[in-house]
Amino acid sequence: MDRKAITPGELIIEGEDYLPGEGTEKRGKGIYAQKFGLVEETNKLIRIIPLSGTYQPRRGNVVIGKVENINFNGWIIDIGAPENGFLSLMEVPRYVNKDALEEVMEIGDMVVAKIWNMNKRGIDLSIKSRGFGKIDEGMIIRINPNKVPRVIGKEGSMVSLIKDETGCNITVGQNGVIWIQGDTIEKELLAKEAIMFITENCFVSGLTEEVKKWFENKK
Amino acid sequence: MTTIKRPDGRKFDELRKIEAKVGIIPNADGSAMFSFGDTIAIAAVYGPKKMHPQHMQNPEKGTLRCTYNMLSFSVTERARPGQNRRSQEIGKVTEWALSPIVLIDKYPNNVVDVHINIIQANASTRCAGINAAAMALAHAGIPMKGMVSSVSIGKLDKQLVVDLCKKEEDWEEGEGATDIPITFTNEGEITHMQLDGKITQKQLKEAIELGRKACKEIYEIQKKALKDAVDEEK
Repeated sequence: MDRKAITPGELIIEGEDYLPGEGTEKRGKGIYAQKFGLVEETNKLIRIIPLSGTYQPRRGNVVIGKVENINFNGWIIDIGAPENGFLSLMEVPRYVNKDALEEVMEIGDMVVAKIWNMNKRGIDLSIKSRGFGKIDEGMIIRINPNKVPRVIGKEGSMVSLIKDETGCNITVGQNGVIWIQGDTIEKELLAKEAIMFITENCFVSGLTEEVKKWFENKK
Repeated sequence: MTTIKRPDGRKFDELRKIEAKVGIIPNADGSAMFSFGDTIAIAAVYGPKKMHPQHMQNPEKGTLRCTYNMLSFSVTERARPGQNRRSQEIGKVTEWALSPIVLIDKYPNNVVDVHINIIQANASTRCAGINAAAMALAHAGIPMKGMVSSVSIGKLDKQLVVDLCKKEEDWEEGEGATDIPITFTNEGEITHMQLDGKITQKQLKEAIELGRKACKEIYEIQKKALKDAVDEEK
């Protein structure tokens, strides 16, 4: 890979025809880095892919969080970001008694949700779609949120490979929480091992092929 | 004027052996180690996370909080563990040295915690601490305008030297020792300077130039350490 590492304050590129993207800043004629990471250039847009640090929430992200508290009109959900997420009662498609929110989700339950809005007051979550909602069974693992793109792969190629090989259902949250659900524990553990293999080798180029080989060795 | 010889035989503008490494504390969001010879500092960064207690939250911009701590086994005579007047002061000074480069205003109501621990001390501990903290902040993915590098400039009698060690700090011949820790950004601007002792205006200017040169060297080492961490994973 020719993407190079950069540290804050370093000059990335000089020239008027480039645009500063995420994690960069234009000062005078040059584009300077504001974060530590790898430089990526797409259509003259320079951005930095962070390699470490905490999860930064973004609108549209699918996240897996834990119910931390219950309000009179919704649930407070810890999504591993600086701010907690809020899941409103209105998101539940059926009638819920306002005194009995616990019946839908209790404190400590895991939930798959989407960030649909972010404002000063906090992060609003939504579960109004297929595949979202409370998690009833399966296994939860946590990885470094910066490695999530590698686990998902190009257009979900990596996740679908693991799904095909293990027969498990896998949901990857952008915050680094992964939900694995399979018929047997052995299958779930195999999927977990595969994901750990990816996170340990996330800089290897042609990783999808490597993972295929890894699965063949396991059989 | 008699010529002064440094106790460890270094040249006047020579730094001690520097080692730097990032990602040494797996539980932290960002971490780094930095050492000047026998002085070793480790820094861990946690956050951005919600500021607690709530009354300390600042809705306008985030907060940077530094704690400096000298571990009890870091010096020859056992140091009493825990915070004391000196460590509180150095923590605050470190905060001021770092805050001009850390773009913390993007995280209102949040706090970034920087914990600096000195595991072995032989003078210039605050400089090693600041250097480690700057690397740890970058490693934690906190947006920054640049990096900072810190070095202590000393005056032994009338001779300016770079990077004091403990023996030189306790220099007693002639005018004695003056210790000037200075912190520079990678663009050569000063973010922190302290001075203990006496110095003339002219010599102070010389000391700053000497520090600027030394900090350039340190900056290159910091940059290399961060980049090596990426290559190691590759």
